[in-house]
Amino acid sequence: MIKYFARRLCEAVPVFLLIVTAVFFMVRFVPGGPFDRERPVAPETIEALNAYYGLDKPLYAQYFSFLKNLAHGELGPSYKYPGWSVNEILAEKAAVSLQLGAFALIIALAIGFSVGFAAAAFPKGKIGAALSGISLIGICLPAFVLGPILILIFSLKLKWFNAMGWNSLPTDAILPAFTLALFYAAWIARLVRSGVVEEKGRQYVRTAYAKGASGKRVYLVHIMRNALEPTISYLGPAAAGLLTGSFVVETIFQIPGLGRFFISSALDNDYTMIMGCVMLYAAFIIAFNLLSDLILAAVNPRIAKEMKK
Amino acid sequence: MTAYSQNDSAFARIRARLFADKLALACFFFLAATALLCFCAPLIAPYPYDAQNLELGASAPSLAHWLGTDMMGRDILSRILYGGRISFAVGFLATGVAVLIGVSYGMASGMAGGRTDAVMMRIVDIIYSLPFTIFVILLMLAFGRSIWLIFVAIGAVEWLTMARIVRASTLDIKSRQFVEAATALGQSRAGIMIKHILPNCAGAILVCATLTMPSVMLLEAFLSFLGLGVQAPLPSWGSLVKDGAEYMEDAAWLLISPALVFSATLYALNRVGEAISEEHD
Repeated sequence: MIKYFARRLCEAVPVFLLIVTAVFFMVRFVPGGPFDRERPVAPETIEALNAYYGLDKPLYAQYFSFLKNLAHGELGPSYKYPGWSVNEILAEKAAVSLQLGAFALIIALAIGFSVGFAAAAFPKGKIGAALSGISLIGICLPAFVLGPILILIFSLKLKWFNAMGWNSLPTDAILPAFTLALFYAAWIARLVRSGVVEEKGRQYVRTAYAKGASGKRVYLVHIMRNALEPTISYLGPAAAGLLTGSFVVETIFQIPGLGRFFISSALDNDYTMIMGCVMLYAAFIIAFNLLSDLILAAVNPRIAKEMKK
Repeated sequence: MTAYSQNDSAFARIRARLFADKLALACFFFLAATALLCFCAPLIAPYPYDAQNLELGASAPSLAHWLGTDMMGRDILSRILYGGRISFAVGFLATGVAVLIGVSYGMASGMAGGRTDAVMMRIVDIIYSLPFTIFVILLMLAFGRSIWLIFVAIGAVEWLTMARIVRASTLDIKSRQFVEAATALGQSRAGIMIKHILPNCAGAILVCATLTMPSVMLLEAFLSFLGLGVQAPLPSWGSLVKDGAEYMEDAAWLLISPALVFSATLYALNRVGEAISEEHD
């Protein structure tokens, strides 16, 4: 297990570097530079700025000084927000996205698991069909459709919540968190349901009943271990996606989080900022994938055995 | 008994299943009708998608404009039809790209077996774990917002599941007796892949392709919503929802009709895909 963990960590380093390198060169191929503004700026000013930030050096030199800074945990200054370092801005934005994501994750888990289990408990009847029908509808309401509709109903017509902004918590978090969560909740519900329904019909479940295990024990000890496998592998990347903020939800609700900020940095060619965001995303995704694999191994000895290979 | 007739029966079973499942059948016809109407948009749309009528401005649904008009007086029904053309075209073409890459990669991996297979699948695992939305966003920024790039970028992201599924089927079919028999009869590897493995994977490929399509269309709408997809004034369902969301306070119909059409299409695609996959399994 420890060996597996170490191997995965070692594997993560080149993957991380690959992502960072690819993005580093990609953003520099985007037409335009970080100091282009809508109002024309004197070319001398741009040159001076480029020289100040080292952007006049050859690309490989920029790349190596970037790597050197990265090794020291320094992400550099923001080009768009003078006087701010990327580390400071990221910390501020990530805090907002983490809060929103944590709310959404809790909602998604609560709705997803309860609907999924309820649908699995009545696989044939009307209730089961209705519940799986509902979860299918959830998948067809992506955030950019659901968000505006929720605002239309609950903010503009009923006036229960603010339409946008991130000021009075937790009320301002309810609509965006729910918008973000529903799609994930629907997927979790479907995965839980199909996992449980599939495992319920297996021979080992009959054996367990035949040996006199109680219904509760069969569910919790025998079925769950196998049935939750697809859900857990889905939850890794899903949690990473939720916690690092959503491009769409933060745009719709005007939330000052990481996702919205990433888009505006990318449009502004704020190189250091883009790199910072991408690295944060990559680190989260790698970490949560690893976490979900470790949980899988802890829950299911068969997978742990495969990992030892 | 050849692989073809086995395969025909798989499609026949899928067809029978669709006809037995009334809701799935309705969804199938809804999709066919919507796709047809959208592709015929230049012929049937009441107005050009970019015809402005600034005097009219945003108007609620009426006889002249069944679904109303937007801020610039453009007919929403026409824009939805033209937008659907883009959405469906992205759906079909990007799914095609995904199928092409996924099937060739998966089959090659499965046929190779052993270490090659292990390495190839590890690569897929690694790509799976990349923050791909970010790559797509940066790609769109780097190379301008051309529709062709959207097809390729989305297709290149969505082939992974297909590769896994085809590889698993290939491994399974490869070990069957009729493949052994074909090998014994001197059939070449390429021949075995095309004549035996491919037709027997067809069911799995079809299921996966049907379920890839909604996620492809979702990704395109997502990009267009963020303003990174199709270029204005050309509409796509994502950009129509975005425009609608901006003005929903004064003109709710701008949001409701494109959102409804888009979600209904996603639902129908998923529902049909689900029916097919249940039959296939």
